[in-house]
Amino acid sequence: MARADPGHVLTGSHYLDGDHACTEGALSAGCNFIAGYPITPSTEVVERFARRIPTVGGTFIQMEDEIASITAILGAAWGGAKVMTVTSGPGFSLMMENIGLGAMLETPCVIVNVQRGGPSTGLPTMVGQADIMQARWGSHGDYEIIALAPQSPQEAYTLTIEAFNLAEKYRTPVMVMLDECIGHMTEKVVIPEADSIELTERRKTDKPPGEYLPFAVGEDMIPDMAHAGEGHRYHITSLTHDEQGYPVMSAEVQDKLVRRLCDKIRNNTDEIVMLEEDGLDDADVVVLSYGITSRVARAAVDDAREKGLKVGRLRLLTVWPFPERYIRELAERVKAFVVPEINYGQLVLEVERCAAGRAQTILLPHMGGDVHDPAVILQAIEEAAS
Amino acid sequence: MPRREIRITGYGGQGIILTGYIFGKAAAIFDDRYSTMTQSFGPEARGSACASALVVDEEVIAYPYLRQTDVLIALSREGYEKYIDELNQDGGILIYDQDMVEPQELKGTIKMYGVPAARLAEELGKRIVQNIVVVGFATAATQLVAKDAARKAVESSVPEALIDLNLQAFEKGYEYFDN
Repeated sequence: MARADPGHVLTGSHYLDGDHACTEGALSAGCNFIAGYPITPSTEVVERFARRIPTVGGTFIQMEDEIASITAILGAAWGGAKVMTVTSGPGFSLMMENIGLGAMLETPCVIVNVQRGGPSTGLPTMVGQADIMQARWGSHGDYEIIALAPQSPQEAYTLTIEAFNLAEKYRTPVMVMLDECIGHMTEKVVIPEADSIELTERRKTDKPPGEYLPFAVGEDMIPDMAHAGEGHRYHITSLTHDEQGYPVMSAEVQDKLVRRLCDKIRNNTDEIVMLEEDGLDDADVVVLSYGITSRVARAAVDDAREKGLKVGRLRLLTVWPFPERYIRELAERVKAFVVPEINYGQLVLEVERCAAGRAQTILLPHMGGDVHDPAVILQAIEEAAS
Repeated sequence: MPRREIRITGYGGQGIILTGYIFGKAAAIFDDRYSTMTQSFGPEARGSACASALVVDEEVIAYPYLRQTDVLIALSREGYEKYIDELNQDGGILIYDQDMVEPQELKGTIKMYGVPAARLAEELGKRIVQNIVVVGFATAATQLVAKDAARKAVESSVPEALIDLNLQAFEKGYEYFDN
């Protein structure tokens, strides 16, 4: 494991909002290139990056739009940079085609979406969690994605570093699904010493030019990279391609490539997934949540426990890949899942699929603009427990 | 001290967000407690209504929003009228700029403390430090955070060239309450 560069890391205790903490996470992770287009409520991330990056060494480009932003970071990654872009719903939609390109070209990159209410321009300054399915399925074709959901400015910092590490390890776009509440909430953020921050280095080939095949893989199904201009023959294409990176239009090559793009993540789900459980040992009811909603849920669960109800909490720090096996096993032991989300029912569909009728699944939708009333979650817990 | 919930309200340009930030920073960074500051993000601009909210606790804060306001700091009449009904009638504290807000007779056992913050700031030659006068005054009136923590938070949150002026404003507000 490599360690963070002390010159990039703002070691100490700070009072930061989630957007600024995300920027510091990116800097600690060694991010040296952001291309972005400002959009509320994400703009503070790039504002801080633009201010900080000249002192650290790197580039910020304000692009003409979000399509250009995602495209620029993919190119910069192939040129050797550690890259990120930042947006909110409407910009996220514009990025979708080339998020698929990032997945197809196995390009390590981080995409931050500070979610606001939608659809369309919706509620620019107010919260939503309705881009969760889009994060997974937004680009066409079969691919897998990794997406993380911080619940505090502190986690906006730590999970942004983790996003960079996962992007490098699995050579894939990784999404940080912030939300307006966390982005604009200010709390203490502790940034550790640089030498205690572990960073995953880029998978570079050790093969000499001439022997290197850009998309040849070993058992872990993840190819090693060569950066443009380093002497290796270099060809990448969005078309279905073979180990050399050349387009091949055949069912056989398609089968091999698509399986690999998906399985390199699917087969490592248990290793990738981060979740936090509390009081599940004797729980009848589990409240499953992510992002800001998990903090509202926690208040409701605390109230329910005071009333003597057997209720536990499950918080997903990793939203994608979804922890299928874990939910399937948990569904054998509990009566019901209560799933509050700031949308009209998205991740609940995954919970329902994995519970497969073995436990009841109760959606608590909230359309956005603010968070759930904890009393509504408490009431659902009481009904589920009775 | 158990969980306390604070609403700060006024109009854009008065430093409402910075006031919340300073109290929050004082608690979380210099007073060894937890704090969460949130703010309403509407089409706010200089001169229009503006509010920030702060939760301070000894324990990790799960729910970050206000359920019942313990302290209301009102620097505009509009803000006072919008939020006064949220203030806990049982021991809540109202801090207000007495040149901007004329409180009605309040229900329950709400304690009221007025300060001519804008005037005191003008005495220092800069009306812009009105909010820091309020930080000093409210620190003394509410004991929300230790005085030393509040001073350090002010010092580390304002431009370096203006630290002395802001610390003077803080002391002026603090002493106004003591007197």
